[in-house]
Amino acid sequence: MAAAGSAKFSVLLPTYNERDNLPLVVWLLVRTFRESGYDFEIIIIDDGSPDGTQEIAEQLEKIYGSDKILLRPRPRKLGLGTAYIHGMKHATGNFIVIMDADLSHHPKFIPEFIRKQKEGNFDIVSGTRYKGNGGVYGWDLKRKLISRGANFITQVLLRPGASDLTGSFRLYRKEVLQKLMEKCVSKGYVFQMEMIVRARQLGYTIGEVPISFVDRVYGESKLGGNEIVSFLKGLLTLFATT
Amino acid sequence: VAMTKLAQWLCGVALLGSAWAALALTPPGLQLPAPFRQALLPLPVYLLVAFGCYSLATVGYRLATFNDCEEAAAELQEDIRAARADLSRRGLQF
Repeated sequence: MAAAGSAKFSVLLPTYNERDNLPLVVWLLVRTFRESGYDFEIIIIDDGSPDGTQEIAEQLEKIYGSDKILLRPRPRKLGLGTAYIHGMKHATGNFIVIMDADLSHHPKFIPEFIRKQKEGNFDIVSGTRYKGNGGVYGWDLKRKLISRGANFITQVLLRPGASDLTGSFRLYRKEVLQKLMEKCVSKGYVFQMEMIVRARQLGYTIGEVPISFVDRVYGESKLGGNEIVSFLKGLLTLFATT
Repeated sequence: VAMTKLAQWLCGVALLGSAWAALALTPPGLQLPAPFRQALLPLPVYLLVAFGCYSLATVGYRLATFNDCEEAAAELQEDIRAARADLSRRGLQF
């Protein structure tokens, strides 16, 4: 395991129409890492956003330097899984942080992920909204019910050993994420679930850190009725194939 | 190679199901005493109902205790203000 002094963290930020949120999350990431003293880089993978996300990313690169802000855009929406693969190709860190770029995940938790990872020498540290003082803000009763209900069904069917499977705020050892990306085939929320399930199958260790998920400040959320149906289909697929 | 979750469930159901069938549905002569059979026969349904109640109670409890992160939201607003101010100073065109 790399000594603490040589650890470097690559943050992967896949973006689509995040022109308003991107500068804010990058600013918070830079502040967090500079305050904690860890070496880092931020890899922005924009899928051809029509709202000018890439343009603002270029400004951020000028402000913070191209050794800290790496722009690796793609021509159009190609999906989250391939965005991670694409981003990892350019990552020089030995740990990868994946998170949402819409401010629902706050970078302040990253030092806690790092601390947890060292504490248990974990292969993966997963942020959880469901344990400890983890939680959400800005969710109505219906959304909370769907979330808890879906998580319950998932726990019963998959017994995954992690409390928050659809969460996407995680720290991975780079080689672990690479291995998992080879094996995972699902899309959307199910993709995040599949990563945890496969990780357990491969014997990787998973630590958890409570996080707060603040519903997005700007822009449109990408959750709808279709998502729920495909979630259930994906869950049943995982149930039958893992 | 490990079993899939579906395979585990099917095995479990087959095991319990055949045990139940063997004990509760035997022909006359090989039967357990009546009270046992009376209790055993509806057991699968009872268990399903019990599981249903457990599920409702658990989800209900988790829903009720789902933390609302008020301070996190307030803190985020502060952070956004600070970020916008600092980025403006550094020349970012929003």
